[in-house]
Amino acid sequence: MSANNMIDVVVTQVVEVNELVKRFHFSRPDGLALPAFSGGSHIIVEMSDGEHVRKSPYSLMSSPLDTSDYQISIRRDDEGRGGSLYMHREVRPGMSMRISAPANLFPINNRSTKHLMIAGGIGITPFIAQTAQLLATGGDFELHYGARTTELASYVDELRASIGRRLHAYIGENIDFDDLLSRQPAGTHLYVCGPEPMIELVLAKAAENGWPKGHIHFEHFAKAPPGEPFTAYLSKSNKSIQVGKDQSLLEAMEEAGVDAPYLCRGGACGQCETTVVEAEGKILHGDYWLDDEEKAAGNKIMPCVSRFCGSNLVIER
Amino acid sequence: MGMAPTSTVFRDETFRDDFTFKNSPETVLRAPFPFDQDEYMYSVNMELHEAGEKGTAFEKPFDVDEHYVAEMRDRALVLEEDPMRCQSLPHMTLAGWDTLELLMENLSESYPEWFVLTRDGNNWHWINRPLDIDQKFVFGDESTLPYGPMEYITRQVQGDFAILDERDDNLWMDAGMVTTQADWSLDFDIGMNFMEWHAPVPLAHEKGIFKRALKYLMSIQQGNPARRLNWTMTVNPRLDTSPENYHQWGVENTQVTADNVADKLFLRIELQTLWRLPRSNAILFPIRCYLLSMRDISTVPKWAKRFHRVLKTLPPQLSEYKGLDNYRQTAVDYLLQFDDGGETTLGTAPE
Repeated sequence: MSANNMIDVVVTQVVEVNELVKRFHFSRPDGLALPAFSGGSHIIVEMSDGEHVRKSPYSLMSSPLDTSDYQISIRRDDEGRGGSLYMHREVRPGMSMRISAPANLFPINNRSTKHLMIAGGIGITPFIAQTAQLLATGGDFELHYGARTTELASYVDELRASIGRRLHAYIGENIDFDDLLSRQPAGTHLYVCGPEPMIELVLAKAAENGWPKGHIHFEHFAKAPPGEPFTAYLSKSNKSIQVGKDQSLLEAMEEAGVDAPYLCRGGACGQCETTVVEAEGKILHGDYWLDDEEKAAGNKIMPCVSRFCGSNLVIER
Repeated sequence: MGMAPTSTVFRDETFRDDFTFKNSPETVLRAPFPFDQDEYMYSVNMELHEAGEKGTAFEKPFDVDEHYVAEMRDRALVLEEDPMRCQSLPHMTLAGWDTLELLMENLSESYPEWFVLTRDGNNWHWINRPLDIDQKFVFGDESTLPYGPMEYITRQVQGDFAILDERDDNLWMDAGMVTTQADWSLDFDIGMNFMEWHAPVPLAHEKGIFKRALKYLMSIQQGNPARRLNWTMTVNPRLDTSPENYHQWGVENTQVTADNVADKLFLRIELQTLWRLPRSNAILFPIRCYLLSMRDISTVPKWAKRFHRVLKTLPPQLSEYKGLDNYRQTAVDYLLQFDDGGETTLGTAPE
């Protein structure tokens, strides 16, 4: 199902965290509380950029105990299709925006006795919310945070102040995952968020060290990439749509008034999976949902992040 | 218990012993009749739970009707005899607070003449006029309430409640208040996952229903509740048809006759809704029960025709699973007089 639970908010603060990262604060215009949420949740931010509406997911980093103020941090991506650039350049305090209610695809396992968290770069944001939640409930955790430089280690000082020795920062150095993963007590749950190569390395090391699958949690939002414009025919709606170079197939469907399902808008949750009826050309899969076999078969597409290059694409929507 | 000075009268009635339960004509017409066509088969019949349709059980997110006070009295009696009907595993307390908040917020918004919630930070004040309750407490502090948060609020809301924890790509029944159930047991199902507690249902697994239903359930988002209808039949207006008390009600299944079927046999409708809870990320699963006697149904021509056809054509496995075999034919014979064989309109509305 698609989200019809959008919330009107006002941007109350924009804070430059470092050369690449800005933090955005949202409140409700009527001053009432925003919905409560759990650590690890994301929101979808709706951006009216010129004639197009773009919707991108960002992890909530503020404390789940404070629902007067939602905070997200966005790393500028000069190569992307413009969402982060729009946020960095256009969004100012006082602006009205729309966001979705929080959804959590990266929740804490409430039955676990210990939480081992591994963050890389801007992947730190969901852990800031989760550690605030665990501090309040008295959960046992440690957070291992890697960043290339001191400047890019966003929030390391804030975290040191809030969680003290439970923070292990690795600035410009590698984390010894074998060591870390081999000495955890039984029943520990592992959470990873960061760049894709780091997630894959941690998942491989966890498998080598015999971690049960159900104890491993990771979150990586794929970014909807820019690309060549293409045309798609929606067989159920009987509509032909143009997908612009800075637009995702999902956004183009929405612009055409077609109500398509989604949840994460980052190729991870599977909600927007759509059957491909005909394709003369190549589907440019960008998601984490379909497995390699499904991608090769070409019968399914995830319109939130995947594109198409060819003469004819018909999808069942 | 006190009664509110309101236009709606809460009926003084029983769901056991002398069974004085009765629907007013208005309550019959607003029931969520579950059949939108003349034959019934399982489907993933879920839709968004959008409130607002006047004159239906969907008008408010949580429906309170003329049976409210009596149902809560019946729940208290069940719990007195068997406290295990309400259970919450230790990791579900936060979900209990989420539940309390959701229900108090919605009831006070929907029915301000009966329920009032005042909040000053974590200091909350709850007034429930129909049940004569006035409670000040600290949100998040169990010691300030007479029961745990889930038990406290679900003793004040019609329908059963299960709370499902989401982990390992599955949903786990880890808390609940279950006293008005169609022959299932929380004490038996607690701690089971979605596939485990649905294992006994015939036909639906083969159709891949549960796999799709689980995927749908896990995609439910805050602010976007969903609903579906389920049904069975019950002899006498008994809310507590639990396996624990089968010795009390099982024998009644053989007591339906042509002479008493109109008032002794009930269509039991379950309005099931699904809510994503904010802090715990769990799913709240309220199961609200509506009872319509065969006589109630006969007052709505379309429903009488349709229910006659549904019962007549029901696959035998479903009839057996739902426990209808003892009286199905008696009900079909009774309903025949209201079925002229003419066409029925689509949809569930009384027309």
